[in-house]
Amino acid sequence: MEALLSLVIGILTACGVYLILRTRTFPVVLGLTLLSYSVNLFLFSMGRLTIGHPPIISPSAPGYADPLPQALVLTAIVISFAMTAFVIMLALKARAELGNDHVDGGRRK
Amino acid sequence: MTLSLLITVFAGSAFTAWVAHLGRLYAAWSAGAITLLALLHLVPRAPAVFAGDTLVERWKWMPEAGLDLVFRLDGLALLFALLILFIGLLVIFYARYYLADDETMGRFYSYLLMFMGAMLGIALSENIIQMLIFWELTSLTSFLLISYWQHRAEARQGALMALAITGAGGLSLLGGFILLGGMTGSYELSVILASGDLIRGHPDYLPMLVLVLLGAFTKSAQFPFHFWLPNAMSAPTPISAYLHSATMVKAGVFLLARLFPALSGTPEWAWMVGSVGLTTFLAGAFIALFQHDLKGLLAYSTISHLGLITVLFGIGTPLAAVAGVFHMVNHAIFKASLFMAAGIIDHESGSRDMRRLNGLWRYMPHTALLAMVAAASMAGVPLLNGFISKEMFFAEAVSALTHFRLGWLLPTTITVGGVFAVAYSFRFIHDVFFNGEPVNLPRIPHEPPRWMKLPVEMLVALCLLVGILPALTVEPILRVAAAGVLQAPPPDFDLAIWHGFSPALLMSVVALIGGGLLYARRRPLYALHEKYGDHFQGKRLFDMLIGKLFDTAGWITRQVDHCSLQRLVLSLVITALVFGTSAYLASGSPLSGGGDLLPLDGVSLIAAAGLILAAVATVVLHRQRFVALVLIGAVGLVVALIFVKFSAPDLALTQLSVEIVTIVLLLLALYFLPQQPDRDSDHPRVARDMLLAGFAGSGAGLLAWSVLTRPYQSISDYFLQNARPGGGGNNVVNVILVDFRGFDTLGEIAVLALAALGIFAMLERLHLPGPKSDSEGRPWDKDKHPAVMASLTRLLLPLALLVSVFILLRGHNLPGGGFIAGLVTAVALIMQYLANGVAWTQERLPGNLHPLIGGGLLIATGTGLGSWLVDHPFLTSTFTYLEWPLVGKFEIASAIAFDIGVYLVVVGATLHILIHLGRMHGASHASIDHEDPR
Repeated sequence: MEALLSLVIGILTACGVYLILRTRTFPVVLGLTLLSYSVNLFLFSMGRLTIGHPPIISPSAPGYADPLPQALVLTAIVISFAMTAFVIMLALKARAELGNDHVDGGRRK
Repeated sequence: MTLSLLITVFAGSAFTAWVAHLGRLYAAWSAGAITLLALLHLVPRAPAVFAGDTLVERWKWMPEAGLDLVFRLDGLALLFALLILFIGLLVIFYARYYLADDETMGRFYSYLLMFMGAMLGIALSENIIQMLIFWELTSLTSFLLISYWQHRAEARQGALMALAITGAGGLSLLGGFILLGGMTGSYELSVILASGDLIRGHPDYLPMLVLVLLGAFTKSAQFPFHFWLPNAMSAPTPISAYLHSATMVKAGVFLLARLFPALSGTPEWAWMVGSVGLTTFLAGAFIALFQHDLKGLLAYSTISHLGLITVLFGIGTPLAAVAGVFHMVNHAIFKASLFMAAGIIDHESGSRDMRRLNGLWRYMPHTALLAMVAAASMAGVPLLNGFISKEMFFAEAVSALTHFRLGWLLPTTITVGGVFAVAYSFRFIHDVFFNGEPVNLPRIPHEPPRWMKLPVEMLVALCLLVGILPALTVEPILRVAAAGVLQAPPPDFDLAIWHGFSPALLMSVVALIGGGLLYARRRPLYALHEKYGDHFQGKRLFDMLIGKLFDTAGWITRQVDHCSLQRLVLSLVITALVFGTSAYLASGSPLSGGGDLLPLDGVSLIAAAGLILAAVATVVLHRQRFVALVLIGAVGLVVALIFVKFSAPDLALTQLSVEIVTIVLLLLALYFLPQQPDRDSDHPRVARDMLLAGFAGSGAGLLAWSVLTRPYQSISDYFLQNARPGGGGNNVVNVILVDFRGFDTLGEIAVLALAALGIFAMLERLHLPGPKSDSEGRPWDKDKHPAVMASLTRLLLPLALLVSVFILLRGHNLPGGGFIAGLVTAVALIMQYLANGVAWTQERLPGNLHPLIGGGLLIATGTGLGSWLVDHPFLTSTFTYLEWPLVGKFEIASAIAFDIGVYLVVVGATLHILIHLGRMHGASHASIDHEDPR
């Protein structure tokens, strides 16, 4: 299972990195989204993988998953949404000001 | 009491800014009332100070760092605070008449009060680090004040120069204070002032002294840092009257007085303070004579007088210190009135150039009389306050004959300086009010409004009162202030007008006669100065240095930043790869840790395969943007499933709701981005990027693998054990968010709020044309909002809101909480927008979301502050058990309030972002409908 998750993280990173190197804003936003998935999963996996033991206190639970990375990743998900939104608006603004959607402002074709 | 005084002034600053929108004069009245209120704060405690007490008040601030909010009210602090408030009050009154009708009063008075609060903070601080904070605050607020006329280039430059120099001085002062605190083991004045011997004997004494003095000298415009002061004259005159009489520049000499018992009494002190003060005194007086600008003359005279005060502290005898404090007061009084008079002249005649202002005596006799008395005080004419302190100064200089080798130099140089001081005072009087007729003035000069003269009259009356009856007026407060400076009973001093024939009197007479003669013979001197004088300009040096600094910074930026995001991202990825790989290779540890692994199962394999396929397809199909969007949504859903699988229900819920919001957002954005396919990636580039992406992906995957296979020790046991007894919740993730790490969460929702506001700022007034048809050239469907969807979502809304409230409330014990509930609410509301259109929904929902975001932040912060009231650290949570009829016994934690704050911010920010984009959409759509009515 660990190998599978590592593979997933690796693939997501690779796809994300490829996309953020594109020249148009939309793929870059997609790339950022993919990268944030992979980073969130990576951070989450720092607490190791546990199946069936959510960190909710109960007398009958035999053990718990690590709650700390979960708390970190929870806010990270929300923040990465805010960041994605910000980048998108930046792209729109650039489109309005420069008349194109090139990440470098379209000076180099 | 002292704290409430400062709070009054700072809160009053905000209030004044707010009240200004009610009408022009409200701001002036409010500022005046607040200053009066602040003065009243001091009255009940003055008797204790006069009785010789030092009142210290203490509030816990950062006990771990040894920092408390401590205030100190002794004689010196009281005198200084009174001076700041009294002159402040007069300036507020004066400025009400000075400012033109089209100038914003709110901004002016709000800044002025802020600055006043900062100055009071310096005067009243017991803790020197706290004092430094106020010190920096005066630099910042004076920057705002000096640049009040933002449209003028010289105002901006002058303000920048003042900020750069006093700010740099503040930095040096911080270093000095840290050294000082290290020597004495305390940052509090009570300890520092009592350990003078320890400090003077310490090996770090000299570096500490240099750093502290640099701070004081830059602030008090001592040579060679004096040049910022004349350049700050581009401020409105009331500001100059305030900054350069009682406040700002006095902060430096106040610091010398404050630390006098701790630092003075060594040859290093005497030489550094004395020589810098003397140079400043002499140079300021000399340059002042050659200024043609009225305010320029006053500016250099201020520099000179500050030098005089500095010399007095440099001499270092108790009597000299008393004279220094006395001259601080006198200078504040006559210089404030002179600046105000100069302001009146400028205001009513339209010029400050003394080559054109002549013979004003006939046009404004009343103002002329006031200005002449004040100028005579500046020159040190008997029966005026300036005379008495200058006489003390001369006497101290003479007594230094016995203290130092080369002692004779001091009285001689000082007499020369005195001669120049008299000469420029003569010039101020003669050139402006007599000396022929005005030359080519913009308007015919006349007396100002009656009340504009009142502050000047009061100050001039004080000059006379103190000058004639010193023992009755100024002596009591001077005596306690001197005790505050010396931290000992003050020496006997006799404030009399007539001391008999003494060397000091001789010096006064020489200065008066010499000054008169010098002024009479001024023409050849002017000619000389015209020819050679312009070479000594600190401003030019400063400009050159700043220019070099900017050039260097620009050069470095150009080397690093090629204004290309692509190249930056590329170098970022490569750097990460190189560092990551080399660090791993250097460590030599095995890739796999060999820990226990979880078994694979079929469902997981299928899900992972789906995710990988979707991710790769997103990349391959990224030019078909709509398809790519659907695919990336699928990736997000599988990520949520991964969280479900590995025991993270909260994360799964968050991921799911964020996914929906993100997709809606991307859909909206897609509409505005150009549709033409991306063609500018050539093959070598694609290959290079694929290679890099492959490396990056393998790196991340291998890293994850090597971590996952290693055993580890978590610090989470603490959270698991204490969530229930300490935080009152079963859902540990939520308890961490709202309780253990509540401060982080507060920061995070602040970021969210800022992002929403930033987006608001970007989208405001942004008009983007939408495409007229879809990518295949078909016109948009006119039926924008399908009826079935509209009715269904309307029905669903209450249910969805109920679910979100449920998720919010149960969050402390079961998966849920403010973040998730906020997102669910946002999704429910966005559904309404999607189904019914922005306009329809806007009519039924509050349009302005700023209060929601701000309110949420306030609630969250307020919950944190609430724990202070009961003497617990910020954001300590408490919980109790309540009995609710029908529902039964349940517990309620104060953290729920925090979570509600989080909820509000998340709802507000998310909706804000989407609705704004949606509105732009509506706007561009409407225009299409309009253009193409079918």
